[in-house]
Amino acid sequence: MANKKTTSPEGIAVMKTYKLFIGGAFPRTESGRFYPIRNGSDELIANVCLSSRKDFRNAVVAARKAQAGWEAKSAYNRSQIIYRIAEMLQQREELFVKEMKDLGYTDINAKEEFSASVDYLVHFAGWCDKYVQVFSSVNPVASSHFNFSVPEPMGVVAAFASNKTALLGFLESFVPAICGGNTAIVLASEDLPTCAISMAEVLATSDVPGGTVNVLTGNRKELMSHFSSHMDVNGFVIWDAETAASIEIGESASENVKRVKFYESEDSAVLSPHRIMDLQEIKTTWHPIESISGSGSGY
Amino acid sequence: MAKTTKNTSWDLSPAPESTGHVTIDKRYDLFIDGKFVPPATKKYFKTINPATEETLSEIALAGEKDVDKAVKAARKAYDTTWSKISAAERGKYIYRIARLLQERAREFAVIESLDGGKPIRESRDVDVPLAAAHFFYHAGWADKLDYAFANSSPTSIGVVGQIIPWNFPLLMAAWKIAPALACGNTVVLKPAETTSLTALKLAELIRDAGLPDGVVNIVTGAGDTGKALVNHPDVNKIAFTGSTDVGKMIRRSLAGTSTRLTLELGGKAANIVFEDAAIDQAVEGIVNGIYFNQGHVCCAGSRLFVEESVADEVIRKLKHRMNNLIVGDPMDKNTDVGAINSKDQLLTIEKYLKAGEKDGYEMFQSQVAVPKKGYWCRPTLFTNVSQSSIISKEEIFGPVLAMQTFRTIDEVIDKANNTPYGLSAGVWTDKGSKIFNLTTRLKAGVVWANTFNKFDPTSPFGGYKESGFGREGGVHGLSAYLNLQG
Repeated sequence: MANKKTTSPEGIAVMKTYKLFIGGAFPRTESGRFYPIRNGSDELIANVCLSSRKDFRNAVVAARKAQAGWEAKSAYNRSQIIYRIAEMLQQREELFVKEMKDLGYTDINAKEEFSASVDYLVHFAGWCDKYVQVFSSVNPVASSHFNFSVPEPMGVVAAFASNKTALLGFLESFVPAICGGNTAIVLASEDLPTCAISMAEVLATSDVPGGTVNVLTGNRKELMSHFSSHMDVNGFVIWDAETAASIEIGESASENVKRVKFYESEDSAVLSPHRIMDLQEIKTTWHPIESISGSGSGY
Repeated sequence: MAKTTKNTSWDLSPAPESTGHVTIDKRYDLFIDGKFVPPATKKYFKTINPATEETLSEIALAGEKDVDKAVKAARKAYDTTWSKISAAERGKYIYRIARLLQERAREFAVIESLDGGKPIRESRDVDVPLAAAHFFYHAGWADKLDYAFANSSPTSIGVVGQIIPWNFPLLMAAWKIAPALACGNTVVLKPAETTSLTALKLAELIRDAGLPDGVVNIVTGAGDTGKALVNHPDVNKIAFTGSTDVGKMIRRSLAGTSTRLTLELGGKAANIVFEDAAIDQAVEGIVNGIYFNQGHVCCAGSRLFVEESVADEVIRKLKHRMNNLIVGDPMDKNTDVGAINSKDQLLTIEKYLKAGEKDGYEMFQSQVAVPKKGYWCRPTLFTNVSQSSIISKEEIFGPVLAMQTFRTIDEVIDKANNTPYGLSAGVWTDKGSKIFNLTTRLKAGVVWANTFNKFDPTSPFGGYKESGFGREGGVHGLSAYLNLQG
């Protein structure tokens, strides 16, 4: 960290330990492993946790435990909580811009990505109580039944955040999931992980219930088969995958018919409710209508 | 209730549907590029009537070369005609199919029952009319897709490979072909090997409708034919309805490719009866849920959950109702439960019956006579089944019901959702708020409240979890056959 060598008038600065975010707490990896992140001048920015399979499994347990409660919150409430994330993020521009610059961003790029990230959250906050209306239907069946279809969350979604951006890519990997009532486990960008952990600190102070979003840092290759084969993960989002990875993921995801979505940073429309719908199931409900003059009982 | 001694004088006289006006050729070739052509394999397989074990016809076995030929025909049709004509004209062709099918409904119903063993009442009143309705509904979408998918510039995908099961042969063909065509794609369809006839009859009808050559191609055969279609590099999308095991294999073999995929797989639906339900109607719903189509239904209500306080009453009424189901000749208009589709499937069902008995669960089978020839299974009920038993965990795909009791709502929701499947569910109660509590919390793609096993072309159908992904029917089903922007 650039402030490593700066000393305040009172003494040396206190360094932040970058930990994981699981079930609302900030544990270190159970494996005790780490990998260093250095800036352009080869100075150590942070020792980041190299997460293990066990960390991932713990995160899935936390996400599953939180899912029903998060889904049960009113759409209005979820909308306000995601807006609250934007509020909390906005306050910390200095921190995030500095972290991005440590990771190699120019000042202008860092500021642009930061404000795009806040805007991204505000945009999706607004979708929480609207996408259901846009994508639901009442279906005019021929029999004497009332019939309607609504989107519902898949459940627990795992995600590989893009390795191309430090903050916006991290948000893109899970915000549509939680907008739609899913809970998430995100593996942050391997090369640019510090903003993700600082973002977890934002989430922890934004009324997001513990376990709704869980953040791991580490190595994609090592965790790929665990993410794609876990039997209690319903969906898996992968940003900027390599072809070889898409084969391995597709094969092991078939074990529990996991829904897998591959996105490319370059061409996946970012501000679109389809990113929410990609992680929804359509449920159709039937009920008879007592039809006095119609074609008889619907039972 | 009074003692249920069976009074045989009340038996219904046979009311067989005539088969005189139906023609089934001795042999059927593949339908490729608008013509019936013999297979390159030079091989044919028999299709039999499962109610009599008599051979109905011989069906061409499509090999890799034939599948390739069909895909090439579909590609040519996509490039040269189907993607060039206006959407409204496309719709008019599909309307024609719907109308022709309505005209020939009786013939299709008879052949469906002969080839598949399902009661004629069912193929006449459910399968064939719904198949026609699917074509009619989707025909109208062809020129309206931009309204269904705002800001998404919907476009067709290309050549679609479709693989369908034997339980609703014609209806599944309609579910697959109608939306694919409406969205501007061309089709290679593989019917199940035990029930190819109505798909081939549909091919005749599509030819009569004047569809451009190659827009719909039908390749018949078993698993290897399906595999050749799935692995063909020039197929842009696969739509599969069938077992979860095969669905997973397909998913695996398409990993890393850009081929789109939708899967409609197995199920083990919970049918939940509360004490405040209209019990007689619920019992009808239970019967319809599991014994409809011999239980060869992926969304069958095969797990019955009854609130403890009414369990005895439900069991008593259910057994009474089961004893009055007529099992036998599918061509008889009085028949409720027809023939099991194949010998293989009968053996599978019998394996589960043995497993249930071996585990010590109480088995009840309806006391009805079944014909000597053909494949039959009496409607079966297992009571006091445990959540962990094979018969309540695995899809049996036969007329076998596994019953458990429950005391609280949370308990029954936990039990109902505690399965890798999530295709459908049923709830029986007269309390509206309870219905919505249940229908919201049950993890299934289709929830029937105070009804069961209802289908409609406007109503999206498909599963959660290992019951597959994607929907068929309604506006949501269209998206499976379109490229959408944004």
